[in-house]
Amino acid sequence: VDSVVTRGDRLKRFAFRLGIGRMDMSVTPGLYALGSPGPEDPVLVSANFKLTFDRLRKNLEGRNAWLLILETKGINVWCAAGKGTFGTEELIRQVENSGLKMVLSHYDLILPQLGAPGIRAHEVRRRTGFRVHYGPVSLDDLGVYLDSGMKARPEMRRKTFPLSERAELMPLELVQAWKVLFGMAAVSLILTFIFQGAEGLTLLYDVVPTIIAIGCGACITPLLLPYIPGRAFSLKGALVGAICAGLYIVLVSPPPAHTVFIACAIIAVSSFLAMNFTGATTFTSLSGVRKEMRYALPLQAAVVFIAIAGRILGETLLKGGMGA
Amino acid sequence: MMQYLKNVVSLGFNPELCTGCGRCVEVCPHGVFEKIGKAVELRNRDRCIECGACMMNCAFGAIRVQAGVGCAAAVLNGMMRNREPSCDCSSTDCC
Repeated sequence: VDSVVTRGDRLKRFAFRLGIGRMDMSVTPGLYALGSPGPEDPVLVSANFKLTFDRLRKNLEGRNAWLLILETKGINVWCAAGKGTFGTEELIRQVENSGLKMVLSHYDLILPQLGAPGIRAHEVRRRTGFRVHYGPVSLDDLGVYLDSGMKARPEMRRKTFPLSERAELMPLELVQAWKVLFGMAAVSLILTFIFQGAEGLTLLYDVVPTIIAIGCGACITPLLLPYIPGRAFSLKGALVGAICAGLYIVLVSPPPAHTVFIACAIIAVSSFLAMNFTGATTFTSLSGVRKEMRYALPLQAAVVFIAIAGRILGETLLKGGMGA
Repeated sequence: MMQYLKNVVSLGFNPELCTGCGRCVEVCPHGVFEKIGKAVELRNRDRCIECGACMMNCAFGAIRVQAGVGCAAAVLNGMMRNREPSCDCSSTDCC
């Protein structure tokens, strides 16, 4: 293989981030020769996720290396390591099947550091003779790591979560929010239809608040994540939702009967979507997420209940008022 | 540096079993362990994300953690199917 990432490769990445062809992003596992590697050249182990493979090739431009690609079903290294597909057994299987020992004069494998949750390095050593070295977290540091004799500076061992990464994940968060989009808008439209009939339905009062809620939970909260107060994601999402709901009510001044519903629904939906962003981040733990959900889910459900009850009560009272 | 909830992770470290080899320092993506002289210390417990890398790569069994993925969608997914959290979603909603 060579190290050039073509326009076709980039187009595929763009589509992937929108959720198109997400499950068709695998390359054939096995041993690849990048450039014309010899017995002394390094072996880099990776996943058979196309975006990873492309970035790996690109960062090795001008070098000779062996690439040992594990079968992770087209999933990236970190997630696959969490599931165990990027794991000790698969690594040993690929080392043996590829005949790696035949082409090498050394016993060193370089693995991505984020593959470590799936790998028992000492077991690989015991069963194959190969030493596992963990390379840097980011492929962008791979060149420096190789040039410095497989040494990673402490900052190359840290997983950060910069704005660029959060922004790259945003389109998918939006696409995945479609169920919420239909759910909240549908409830709003149905309630309006019941109380005001078909002529009462409006884009501004029934659909726009849903779009705001999704924007708060799936865009603003992820993007501004470090700057929003609180540690729990549901709290951050609720705060952003409350601010945006307040702005909407001040700027648009919706009919009084709609106000409680709009405010509460935006807060609850934004909070829920922000909570779901935990899975995309790099610094949340399962124990933490469980703790957060234990109080956040009931609260979110309660706020949704208040939203609907508020709308029903508001319409009934206002109608009663007019009748009197 | 962004940090999640405090005092919640299941990470346990037994210094008596630790040989100070430093593998955990190498694999941890959040600098939870630090090598001080010849010994390893658990320094930033609240930064732990329970990925399990340190436990997997500790040849001496000095680290215990209930490994998992900090993903609310996976927990919900597990709750609805009455199972453990799972990111093995049927179609596209996956990590």
